[in-house]
Amino acid sequence: MTLAALPQFSIPLLMGNSLNVWSEALVGFSPMGLPLGMVILAAIPLVFIALYSLTYGVYGERKISAFMQDRLGPMEVGKWGILQTIADILKLLQKEDIVPTSADKFLFVIGPGVLFVGSFLAYAVLPFSSAFIGASLNVGLFFAIGIVAIEVVGILAAGWGSNNKWSLYGAVRSVAQIVSYEIPAGIALLCGAMMAGTLDMQKITMLQSGSYGFAHFYLFHSPIAWLPFLIYFIASLAEVNRAPFDIPEAESELVAGYFTEYSGMKFAVIFLAEYGSMFMVSAIISIVFLGGWNSPLPNIGSFALNEWTNGPVWGAFWIIMKGFFFIFVQMWLRWTLPRLRVDQLMYLCWKVLTPFAFVSFVLTAIWEIYVP
Amino acid sequence: MQELDIAGQGSIRVTRKSNNVVILEKDLATEQMVLAMGPQHPSTHGVLKLECLTDGEVITEAVPYLGYLHRCFEKCCENVDYPAIVPYTDRLDYLAGMNSEFAYAIAVEKLLDVEIPRRVEFIRVIVAELNRIASHLVAIGTYGIDLGAFTPFLFCFRDREHILGLLEWASGARMLYNYIWVGGLAYDVPSDFNKRVKEFVDYFRPQTVELYKLLTENEIFVKRTKGIGIMPADVAINYGWSGPMLRGSGVDWDLRRNDPYSVYPELDFKVPLPDGKVSDIGDCLSRHLVRALEMEESLKIIEQCIDKMPSSEGFNPRSAVPKRVRPKAGEVYARAENPRGELGFYIQSDGKSTKPLRCKARSSCFVNLSAMKDLSKGQLIPDLVAIIGSIDIVLGEVDR
Repeated sequence: MTLAALPQFSIPLLMGNSLNVWSEALVGFSPMGLPLGMVILAAIPLVFIALYSLTYGVYGERKISAFMQDRLGPMEVGKWGILQTIADILKLLQKEDIVPTSADKFLFVIGPGVLFVGSFLAYAVLPFSSAFIGASLNVGLFFAIGIVAIEVVGILAAGWGSNNKWSLYGAVRSVAQIVSYEIPAGIALLCGAMMAGTLDMQKITMLQSGSYGFAHFYLFHSPIAWLPFLIYFIASLAEVNRAPFDIPEAESELVAGYFTEYSGMKFAVIFLAEYGSMFMVSAIISIVFLGGWNSPLPNIGSFALNEWTNGPVWGAFWIIMKGFFFIFVQMWLRWTLPRLRVDQLMYLCWKVLTPFAFVSFVLTAIWEIYVP
Repeated sequence: MQELDIAGQGSIRVTRKSNNVVILEKDLATEQMVLAMGPQHPSTHGVLKLECLTDGEVITEAVPYLGYLHRCFEKCCENVDYPAIVPYTDRLDYLAGMNSEFAYAIAVEKLLDVEIPRRVEFIRVIVAELNRIASHLVAIGTYGIDLGAFTPFLFCFRDREHILGLLEWASGARMLYNYIWVGGLAYDVPSDFNKRVKEFVDYFRPQTVELYKLLTENEIFVKRTKGIGIMPADVAINYGWSGPMLRGSGVDWDLRRNDPYSVYPELDFKVPLPDGKVSDIGDCLSRHLVRALEMEESLKIIEQCIDKMPSSEGFNPRSAVPKRVRPKAGEVYARAENPRGELGFYIQSDGKSTKPLRCKARSSCFVNLSAMKDLSKGQLIPDLVAIIGSIDIVLGEVDR
């Protein structure tokens, strides 16, 4: 591409739907029969999220916790410590990659990889805007719930492979927790799917668009929609091992849980996967209950706020903002609440969240059938 | 690869790699597992090792192993002069150095039978109570960390910083003061000290309320501590518990009131006890509550001391400090109420030397920790962490 051609290219890029044209052209790009364009397209959100996770997730967590604790947080590297995370990653890259002698090497090495893949595969089905979705599966929601379960395998591999008692405790706790909390989480999301009548994430989002903005969101769809929303939010905290459900990595009890023995880049990968999962569950809750990439602003008379703030680029803005909001809430909770005990956690899941999830499921079904 | 039978644990398959034996697998006895908690563990508050026999997450037995921080305090004492022991006492309970010095000074002064200027006594009480607040702040903050609440810890440390600043101003050191000397003080307090202390008291009162709301009233915190690690009063007395631990079990016992020393009889303060409404008496929450409420009492004591303190005119903090400490032959046991309980010094003098014949420290942490085996039986691992945190040990004092 010559320099002169650039303006012609960049203007349509910013104009809404031509992104679609651009991405479809890229999908068609397959030199020598290799679907390279597909790979690139699917990799873009991953790259974005990786960048987000590394720089803004970790940095944000440190700054937010610092704000809550009367501290400054990172201030040395770059202005306001903006480059702190990059410095940390460079440090972790240089570190010696230690594999304990008594560890099961295969499991030890494969654990973080599986964890990473499990947490990032779900990004494929997250619609980042009306024009941008990695894989528009018609069972997207189901895929997103299911693929997260792969993380359990990674955690178990890491915990067992470390051959460390603390790691084993962490892994066993984690698996018990994630598997248990998938039930209320899954049922809560099913309520959303019932309201939409589809499992396609893109369609779920589209069904929540309208000129009244936030009023079309499924959170306000029925009088009981807040219940599955709340249940999913609590269960998602447990699924991504965030406080107050961070018992698998409870640092004061289990040293660091399943990643006690990890150091260097493997540790960074586990960390990255954790922050990736945080954004993923935040994006899922925004898509199912808060309209995904739809603008929450309503049209007021002649001020067509909703139309002005909708579109593929705006869509990416809205979903990322919504995701960030939930991440902020997660961090807020983490730096405020103590940790539950392992039996209290299970009690909460099986005796509180699951029954209420069933209740909300039935009520949503009744609402969907009898209320036009 | 070969089969071995190590310590009767059944057949174990091992492989030899250079010099170290690598255990691959053994007859998977799934009932019990030995779990070494510490000495390098985040919530053992130092270098304590607990060897836990665990059945799943349930602890069948936890035995504390001590001595990782043993510095031969008592042997050292036999080889230095009486005043030179003061810095060593700082290093016993390093979170409450003033209180340790205070206890030691009382013991030697009892042995020497000297009269202490009144102003010295008041300054001693002020710095000791300030240090008590600092120590309780650490106890409460780290207890929060043990239970997963990180933020209260930093709030506590922020406030503790003011106290350390005040004590540094008075003594020149932040933690290991060497301020309370035998027969007096190293220096008089700076001229504005009382004003600043008053400012701190006014600043700190609302902070305790915030801390109370953030941690003590937190639903999850209460769930984690209420009814955990219950110690009945009679067992606690039999173990020789003291301080907030004993009061947490509902025993109304405070050396500042029951065996008064210094100017404490002139001061008006309450001894907080758990009332059994919020907590079950004797559980972790009771001990935490006692500490939280004691800070308020310490503030009261400090305020009264500032009001009653004689002025600094013509005051020499070293006027009663003996040039050479050589007590008559005899022995003495003096004790003081430290943040962690009763710290007693038993000192024996042969009447000839300027060094003690024997100097034994009766450490409260050590005694409190001895109940670990009873407390931990049948608890979960997270509860064990909660129990250790509630004992509030300082390994410097346990191991000495």
